[in-house]
Amino acid sequence: MESEILVVDDSAAIRKILQRVLRQTGMSIGAIYEAGDGQEALETLRKQKIDLVLSDINMPKMDGLQLLASVRATDAWRAIPVVMITTEGGESKVAEAVKLGASGYVRKPFTADQIKEKLSGFLEAILP
Amino acid sequence: MTELENLIVGSIDRSTREVFSTMLDTPVEIDTATIESRSPEANDGVVSFIGLAGSWAGSGSLACSPAMACRICARMLMTESQAVDDEVLDAVAELTNMIIGGVKTDLEPSLGPLGLSIPTVVYGKNFKAKGAGITEWIVASFESEGERLLVKVCLAPTAVAHAGAHAANPAYALEV
Repeated sequence: MESEILVVDDSAAIRKILQRVLRQTGMSIGAIYEAGDGQEALETLRKQKIDLVLSDINMPKMDGLQLLASVRATDAWRAIPVVMITTEGGESKVAEAVKLGASGYVRKPFTADQIKEKLSGFLEAILP
Repeated sequence: MTELENLIVGSIDRSTREVFSTMLDTPVEIDTATIESRSPEANDGVVSFIGLAGSWAGSGSLACSPAMACRICARMLMTESQAVDDEVLDAVAELTNMIIGGVKTDLEPSLGPLGLSIPTVVYGKNFKAKGAGITEWIVASFESEGERLLVKVCLAPTAVAHAGAHAANPAYALEV
């Protein structure tokens, strides 16, 4: 069984990098869906069965913190692990994300090994 | 250079090397670090800007040739670009976000919390870009695979930056 991942970032470059890096990890990953902001991410969550969300914090329209709050406030999505990606150094916004229920965070720049380290525990827990 | 200027140069160096090593798998070496206080020269190529705001305010900037920008994109996204297109500009924007984001993180213990704006990237020939208010830029020149990359930061206490900006033209006057 493979995990379905939703990558949320307003930068097409970062979405492309994450697609590549996620494939490089060797983890059992099926489809990787992309969204450019929180609103698009919510639409994808309504349509697809997503096992894990990897989301930027700073985005236009709906940012990563608003997306996280929406996910945690919706019964059907509450248990989905949400890992935040940020250039912020780990202070206010990361603390806010943790308070809102973020499962973890990855700081840009990142390596495939760092992404694997952050996500593997969640994905192993999902798979039977 | 002052203690703060040396701190900023050290931070630019560390952050640029970390981002190049992690995201581009490419070595980069700092050549020189200077203070640029005169009117900027005309540019040809790709220049990005990102705002910093807090109790100190200013900007970060990257500048490189079109060939270097295409190489950054190729390394970052694993796709070849022969000319500067949206994908190349997007890659340079992200590089700016990560390098100046790293500088911001290093400076926060000394300068307090700083916010980071969304980056803007400009590509063209014979243009000048000037930040209003703050006149001195700390400029670090890097060399990577025979190409040059300039990473610049200007910062001043918020009251000083705003007073200068109100006395001059709007921020980022662009002369073509």
